[in-house]
Amino acid sequence: MAMLEVKNLGISFGGLKAVDDFSVAIEKGQLYGLIGPNGAGKTTIFNLLTGVYRPDTGTILLNGQNITGKKTIEINQCGIARTFQNIRLFKDLSVLDNVKAGLHNHYRYSTVEGILRLPRYYKVEKQMDERAMELLKVFDLDGEWDYKASNLPYGKQRKLEIARALATEPKLLLLDEPAAGMNPNETAELMETIRFVRDNFDMTILLIEHDMKLVSGICERLTVLNFGQVLTQGETSEVLNDKRVITAYLGE
Amino acid sequence: MSFLSYLINGISLGSIYAIIALGYTMVYGIARMLNFAHGDIIMVGGFAIFTIVSTMGLPPFLGILVAVAVCTVLGVTIERVAYRPLRGASSLAVLITAIGVSYLLQNMALLIFGSNARQFTSVVTLPNLKLADGALTISSVTIVTIISCIVIMAALTSFINKTKIGQAMLAVSEDNGAATLMGIDVNRTIAITFAIGSALAAIAGALLCSTYPSLTPYTGSMPGIKAFVAAVFGGIGSIPGALIGGILLGVIENLSKAYISSQLSDAIVFSVLIIVLLVRPTGILGRKINEKV
Amino acid sequence: MNKNKVRMQNGITYAIVVGCWILVQIMDKTGHMTSLLRGILVPLCMYSILAISLNLTVGILGELSLGHAGFMCVGAFSGAFLTKCLENLLPNLQLRFFLAILIGAAVAGICGILIGIPVLRLKGDYLAIVTLAFGEIIKNLINVMYIGLDKSGFHFSIKDTMSLGMDETGVVIIKGAQGITGTPKASTFLIAVVLLLITLFIVLNLIHSRTGRAIMSIRDNRIAAESIGINITKYKLMAFSISAALAGVAGVLYAHNLSTLAATPKNFGYNMSIMILVFVVLGGLGNIRGSMIAAVVLTLLPELLRGLNDYRMLIYAVVLIVMMLFNSSPRAIELRSVLLERFRRKKEPAAKEAA
Repeated sequence: MAMLEVKNLGISFGGLKAVDDFSVAIEKGQLYGLIGPNGAGKTTIFNLLTGVYRPDTGTILLNGQNITGKKTIEINQCGIARTFQNIRLFKDLSVLDNVKAGLHNHYRYSTVEGILRLPRYYKVEKQMDERAMELLKVFDLDGEWDYKASNLPYGKQRKLEIARALATEPKLLLLDEPAAGMNPNETAELMETIRFVRDNFDMTILLIEHDMKLVSGICERLTVLNFGQVLTQGETSEVLNDKRVITAYLGE
Repeated sequence: MSFLSYLINGISLGSIYAIIALGYTMVYGIARMLNFAHGDIIMVGGFAIFTIVSTMGLPPFLGILVAVAVCTVLGVTIERVAYRPLRGASSLAVLITAIGVSYLLQNMALLIFGSNARQFTSVVTLPNLKLADGALTISSVTIVTIISCIVIMAALTSFINKTKIGQAMLAVSEDNGAATLMGIDVNRTIAITFAIGSALAAIAGALLCSTYPSLTPYTGSMPGIKAFVAAVFGGIGSIPGALIGGILLGVIENLSKAYISSQLSDAIVFSVLIIVLLVRPTGILGRKINEKV
Repeated sequence: MNKNKVRMQNGITYAIVVGCWILVQIMDKTGHMTSLLRGILVPLCMYSILAISLNLTVGILGELSLGHAGFMCVGAFSGAFLTKCLENLLPNLQLRFFLAILIGAAVAGICGILIGIPVLRLKGDYLAIVTLAFGEIIKNLINVMYIGLDKSGFHFSIKDTMSLGMDETGVVIIKGAQGITGTPKASTFLIAVVLLLITLFIVLNLIHSRTGRAIMSIRDNRIAAESIGINITKYKLMAFSISAALAGVAGVLYAHNLSTLAATPKNFGYNMSIMILVFVVLGGLGNIRGSMIAAVVLTLLPELLRGLNDYRMLIYAVVLIVMMLFNSSPRAIELRSVLLERFRRKKEPAAKEAA
């Protein structure tokens, strides 16, 4: 059974079919790419998968569990975490606190324990600090742990977003254009990190990307989206050599 | 019959709210700020007329003319001195500054005119209208107020739709940055908006004080808040919304004063506002805004 | 490290409060205390509590509320109501006052939840106007409320004293627009300072905890907070109701600082809410110590300007506008950073030469 199974997903906005009859199956541990020209509906699919929008049609199964139409928080608790195309960090919180916010549902103490500074507060906060620093180390952000998130350089902000998503202990990680705005060196480094996350965190990753070098470098399978519909899907090398894909990107 | 009379008085009060609400709504639509001092400009208008008519004994129309001039200049000056430097600052900072301006106007009036209520002579000198053999009397102020409101609405709508400045105002309210790129002078457009809003506030002041002829430095405060509520009610940023919101508010307030409790009328007005906003979070005619993810 | 920095900052805040208390004691002992100053001590603490609690909603949660005085009003009346009702049952005033504070906080907090549930779905200016509306409604309702107590129990009316229908043993406790008369004057500066310290303790510890982090993450980016599984409604409500409960405490303090309590536009109207908001904004959003200092300075300012009589509120208004322009205008901020840069440059060569 596939880890994520999406069947006939569709949504329209004011008569325009943004996503139509979208189906995909992603196996556990896979690094899966979702590509397509601008406006093809890629981010809309992420928004459907994470409950930002409710689909008009179709079902989403995560490990066989139907999560269609659930709320964003419920879906996160079921095991899907994401990053955003336009970075959405908690800009006035520290780098460390951004990750600790991600740990919110896994390390608990009550509000009263927090206000009264009971022993549990100190114990859990210490555990959170340790776990958050571990995650920051993966992304080479541990040196900047006490920076305000908005003061990080752009590339690091993207990494911090991934770290925060990982903190929620997802089974499936959705990355929306993780390499956007990065230079070739940073992108190469990011590819390594993504692979590292997949291998060491036992993660399944679905990513949207325009950088073909990154896509062909790390994605095992691809789905190409055009005008809200699946143009083709399959092994990366096959898909990238497909004439229709080249036409969709470059025109006739 | 008494119901009809309450209703007409409600519409008249609502017309005043609507004229004030226009100032709020236009400024909000264009500068994205809540001009808390707007209500106090009404009061300044009231005192300008009071000075001209009651103190100097000049004719009322001259009083209105002077009030409009004073308020327009005042509105533009406030915008230039207090609000323009804050363009680009947080909306909360602008709000607090507006509150400061409101205090300033109130206390200046307090210094000049004192805290005692002044008797305001109505600017409308026409006889009252008696209908149905005297069973229904409609005061001339009421009629003038409703007519003024209709005229102002019509004039403003055609001004915005037909003139270049009006189009510029629409453009700025739609997208400030894009309007700048299209060669529209945003600062000038905002200044004109303040000028129009303040001139309307002067007229509202004349009508308000003619209906409720007691004038203090705090006269504008509560009607200002209510008009702000009316603007939100109708959908802030929308001109027809200000009209609908204002009239509805006036009618609800007057009817609940008459039939339920005069002490609770404000509570009822505010409750209706809350219910409307819970059903339609951006007001009756407000546009729905979706945040893009 | 970060934790220690936070601890030190919080320590400074507590120390300022305790320091002020000591200063007042010294002034008192050495005879430097004017009656004007003595009368304003409790209000200073009260305004500080109000500003700190509102900062929780506006600065930490990031939602603009213009109805804070409403919660203060609820706290004041429920607290004073309790002290009046228990007058015979519980002669110990201190104990009654303590209970009143708990009740005031609880009732205001519950009001916060009840109002917050529908209201917190709205955003920005709409939320502001609805909270303003709620504040006015509360004030209005209390002004038409009549509650009396006789042998057979409580009587309630929204018309007048007569319609309470009490027997000859009846006592009117809340008398419509006249409010509650004869509230015991139980608020002392010491109690006020202790309550202020407790408020600080609650708010500062809340901010630097798991809950506070969740609340601030909602403020910074609601959509991202949702995406990492933070329950938006729960934490918004929590912040809002804690803020309301603390305003209720300030209300109880207010009610027991005067002998009569009536809801007027001046003490519980939107003007009061706005004044508290001014403290919060001038003190800095999210800056708890700033709220407290702004509340104290801006409350003292008109009192210190009393010699200027008629001009004092005018000066207050001008100071407010100028401070806002200086603090928030983009040009002023730029100017300040340029000046700072120049200052640094002047220093640097000097430092190099010295090396």
